[in-house]
Amino acid sequence: MPMNIDDFLPPPSETSRREGPHNRIVLSSRVRLARNLRGLAFPGWAKKVERIKALELIRPAVESLSAMAGAFSESMDNLTVLDKNILVERHLISREHAAKSAGSGLVLNREESLCVMINEEDHLRMQALRPGLQLKQAWGAIDQIDSKLEKKLDYAFSPDLGYLTACPTNLGTGIRVSAMLHLPGLVLAEQINQIIQAVNKLGLAVRGLYGEGTEALGNVFQVSNQMTLGEAESDIVERLNKVLAQIIEHEENARAMLVEKKPKSVYNHIGRAYGILANAHSISSKETMNLLSLMRLGVDLGLFPDLERWLVDELFIVTQPAHLQRRYTEKLGAEERDLLRADMLRDRLREVKRPKLKLGNGQAGSPPTTNE
Amino acid sequence: MLCCICKEKEAKVHLTQIVNDKMQKVDLCEQCAKDKGVNDPAGFSLADLLLGLGAAQEMEQGSGGPDLKCPHCGFTQADFKKAGRLGCAECYTTFAEGLEGLLKSMHKGTKHTGKMPQQLQQSRDLSDRLKSLQKKLDKAVADEDFEQAAVVRDEIKTTKEKLGDLTPT
Repeated sequence: MPMNIDDFLPPPSETSRREGPHNRIVLSSRVRLARNLRGLAFPGWAKKVERIKALELIRPAVESLSAMAGAFSESMDNLTVLDKNILVERHLISREHAAKSAGSGLVLNREESLCVMINEEDHLRMQALRPGLQLKQAWGAIDQIDSKLEKKLDYAFSPDLGYLTACPTNLGTGIRVSAMLHLPGLVLAEQINQIIQAVNKLGLAVRGLYGEGTEALGNVFQVSNQMTLGEAESDIVERLNKVLAQIIEHEENARAMLVEKKPKSVYNHIGRAYGILANAHSISSKETMNLLSLMRLGVDLGLFPDLERWLVDELFIVTQPAHLQRRYTEKLGAEERDLLRADMLRDRLREVKRPKLKLGNGQAGSPPTTNE
Repeated sequence: MLCCICKEKEAKVHLTQIVNDKMQKVDLCEQCAKDKGVNDPAGFSLADLLLGLGAAQEMEQGSGGPDLKCPHCGFTQADFKKAGRLGCAECYTTFAEGLEGLLKSMHKGTKHTGKMPQQLQQSRDLSDRLKSLQKKLDKAVADEDFEQAAVVRDEIKTTKEKLGDLTPT
């Protein structure tokens, strides 16, 4: 009997409370390694029999790792579409992997900190995840897993080209170091495009919420390395850390500048976001994410003294379509989901008081006698 | 100038990205630019785009033509053009010539400098040690320091044995 993914994953109310360095801005850190087995075609080209063979070699090896004790391990054809979508919404598997079935697999530890996709684009895509900015820690964790696995599996490796991957863009180290950033300040200050261009010029990629080719919903951006060959892993981690430190600084500056120069505009955005989220009777997932992003900014700016950031982060996850659907047994249509989502938001935000403006020097927050 | 994706419409979007002092350029018509998500700065990365087009052509010109086939897995260059992915690890040897330029434009270097499987790392360390011991031996012999030479020769012997244990026969 395949295990239900909901019974396994820790609830979002728990995961969203996990703290990490700089988590005002950096939501999470991730390091992914791509590996393949010698002598077997890459998953995209392999026949089903060959894919199953690779899965049967890899899955027990991954399950036997001490770090994977009590892990969730399943063949992708044993997961329902809903389970797969829940995993995508939690950023544990890629959309590509969610589309896989027999011959592909997933091994995931209890803390959601280690996740191995088998037969995605490569035979192995293993990743370590950490809350906040912890790239070095994530690299250390996945490096260890990889070193243990190389003793059990025969990796395709060339001394000149490094780890051989299905796509030449991953060749060499097979590493993708990435951080998920919440950048509402840069978006509101209209500086985000400049930042993206500057980061691109440094050979780093900026992507939307769900990776390659996706929209930056909720002002969430993923920054990652693009080049994998000719640079050691620790150098890539270091380079990304430097760039992230800069982005964090720019985001903080943008927020400070907005509050100082355009307080009305910022408070208008946040106040409206609160108004809609706390009072709507129908709301889409996209609008929810974009408005929750503004509420999160409000929390960071101290406008919601009785609202903790984790509640916003939890709502960010549980209002997404698959997470919403799993609370109900009958299949919901998009419109029904919008109604239920709004019900949930009104309920969860019921105790949250209106944003409290903290304006000094008699600006916009002063008594109604102010001339507009 | 025609769009480098559809090769039909006039290119109106011109993109340049500098990676490691190498300039990469793409010219697209408005429709293809939109399809490729170029207008959405967050979802766009030039490398992804380049891989989809220039890469395959470049590879084709580099070697053997579209019919070149990997003897190990049967993958052809034409397949690469379609998928943007290779068939198996051996493809890197089969298509080495064509891939070289592509890798150069895509990465910081063309030689791996990162982690390697421990066994390989150890044998590499031992071979390096062997080389330096050999030099030491040559020097000792040249200096007619035969006592030292005997010591180094023993070290060479044990290092060779260790290396032999590592390499599976």
